[in-house]
Amino acid sequence: MLTSSEQLEKRFTLYKFHSIPDKAHFLNSNKASIRAVVGNASAGADAQLIHQLPNLEIVSSFSVGLDKIDLAKCKERGIRVTNTPDVLTDDVADLAIGLMLAVLRRLCQSDRYVRSGQWKKGDFKLTTKFTGKSVGIIGLGRIGLAIAKRAEAFRCPISYHARTEKSDVNYKYYPSVVELAANCQILVVACALTEETRHIINREVINALGPKGVLINIGRGPHVDEPELVSALVQGRLGGAGLDVFQDEPNVPEELFGLENVVLLPHVGSGTMETRKEMADLVIGNLEAHFLNRPLLTPVL
Amino acid sequence: MNHQPTPQTGKEKNPNLKKISGIKMESIGVLMTCPMHKYLEQQLETHFNLFKLWHCNSSITEFLKTHQGNTIRAVVGDTNIGADAELIASFPNLEIVASYSVGLDKIDLRKCEEKGIRVANTPDVLTDDVADLAIGLILGVLRRICASDEYVRIGKWKDADFGLATKFSGKSVGIVGLGRIGTAIAKRAEAFGCSISYFSRSQKPFANYKFYSNIIDLATSCQILIVACALTEETRHIINREVIDALGPKGILINIGRGAHVDETELVSALLEGRLGGAGLDVYENEPEVPEELLGLGNVVLQPHVGSDTVETSDAMADLVISNLKAHFSNKPLLTPVI
Repeated sequence: MLTSSEQLEKRFTLYKFHSIPDKAHFLNSNKASIRAVVGNASAGADAQLIHQLPNLEIVSSFSVGLDKIDLAKCKERGIRVTNTPDVLTDDVADLAIGLMLAVLRRLCQSDRYVRSGQWKKGDFKLTTKFTGKSVGIIGLGRIGLAIAKRAEAFRCPISYHARTEKSDVNYKYYPSVVELAANCQILVVACALTEETRHIINREVINALGPKGVLINIGRGPHVDEPELVSALVQGRLGGAGLDVFQDEPNVPEELFGLENVVLLPHVGSGTMETRKEMADLVIGNLEAHFLNRPLLTPVL
Repeated sequence: MNHQPTPQTGKEKNPNLKKISGIKMESIGVLMTCPMHKYLEQQLETHFNLFKLWHCNSSITEFLKTHQGNTIRAVVGDTNIGADAELIASFPNLEIVASYSVGLDKIDLRKCEEKGIRVANTPDVLTDDVADLAIGLILGVLRRICASDEYVRIGKWKDADFGLATKFSGKSVGIVGLGRIGTAIAKRAEAFGCSISYFSRSQKPFANYKFYSNIIDLATSCQILIVACALTEETRHIINREVIDALGPKGILINIGRGAHVDETELVSALLEGRLGGAGLDVYENEPEVPEELLGLGNVVLQPHVGSDTVETSDAMADLVISNLKAHFSNKPLLTPVI
């Protein structure tokens, strides 16, 4: 985990769970003294962990996504939960645009083309223009809106699907993801992962997006039916994909490695020095607030 | 009903006009300097009598051994081979140079003006693509998109997470040249919360950005410096050691102009020594040669001069070249004249 563990160590007694070989034994010996858990997008606080920590008071997530936390169990036990919204919005939105440009303009392939000396033998092929392409966004929360604002500067018409239509935005709303996919060229997943949104990108949506369409996933791997995505890309039923997240990170379907119409990133949506520091400060700030009996900075529960 | 003959006007008619409308344009000799775009080539072949310079090893001398110089009335050039003094002198009946580019640095404009040769280029249709690439290069360098894509493909993610990159939103962007492309870049960067400043021959009254009358001051004050001006005698090596040092070890240089805008040797040593933070380059001094020292660097993104190379834009540029040629040979106003 890339949090500022030194910061945590200064203020608290820190146990780095991921590097403990015998986790069961550790929990048995130390469970009473653990009052807070700091989790992230990979490992949070599931029912089993919560159950094993009788004195757990707060889960402070080094992420904005809450899919790795058993919120129902936390509510039941009166455990506080915090996350890191806002501070990472720009980075994730920037990366979404970066993925769009990289896929459409074949940024990585043409960079490799230069480095491998192929340019001396002939020009790179023509790619696809980004400006003016229609962008469909699933989830118009903080990140979705930030993506829309950036895409608008490229004169992209914006449409979206969300649980409810937003009255204060000027974008076209589609009541279903399939309709959204059928009506846009670039489809971006920017919603939270919940039971309802698992595999929200399925075969039907992928087919609606089509052989000229591009899927961008900066949400969570499970938003997408990954085997369906892979076969659509391999068969040419989908035009391309920019993916920062996968079903089973850090494992990435190997069939994707040979494709030139995909960009594959190792879950780096918020992976900048500036943002990770802000996220860390927010985690620490929330923990300190809790243990000093002050209001949490960014509470979820 | 009324079959009165068309009245003669007092104006002297162009003695060649009847000839041109009588002769199809297919007989007009057009020289294409390099294989720039298949669709353009096909269109030129369809509408004119097309000659391809690369069939003669791209040598005018060789071309003249097997062709009459006076057959060529138009030249279609690009960023590789345009129309220099030698070429212009070789074709005494040359009337128009239609460039498949917006840049004019490969055309001897003075000679064209001297000889009354028209010049047309392809502005506007490629502005978006080049501006998009500038932003793509910024994101590629700062967020290390290409490096992390490679990291995944070679299986390294299974061993460890990728390192931290640098945030783009909110960085200060300095633009050299606030023309069509510079303005389009500014508009996009603003959506990322970037503050925009610029250096240009003169301050632009319409622009709400901070103007620097001195490029060193611009480089000192910004984190991302973008070259977006035309290449002229004045702007050759406009990015020199002094500017690079002013930009500094945390600064990024983006070049979507021309290779000759940058003192490439200085750029390479600055990157190797860490005096410059990173670079996103689409152009080089001696394309397609790229300094070998750059090929192994993780803080650069290298593109093979693809600024306007999308299907949509290439076709639009080709259409503009054809339209300019047709307009000229129909005695109509050029669509995008330079001279």
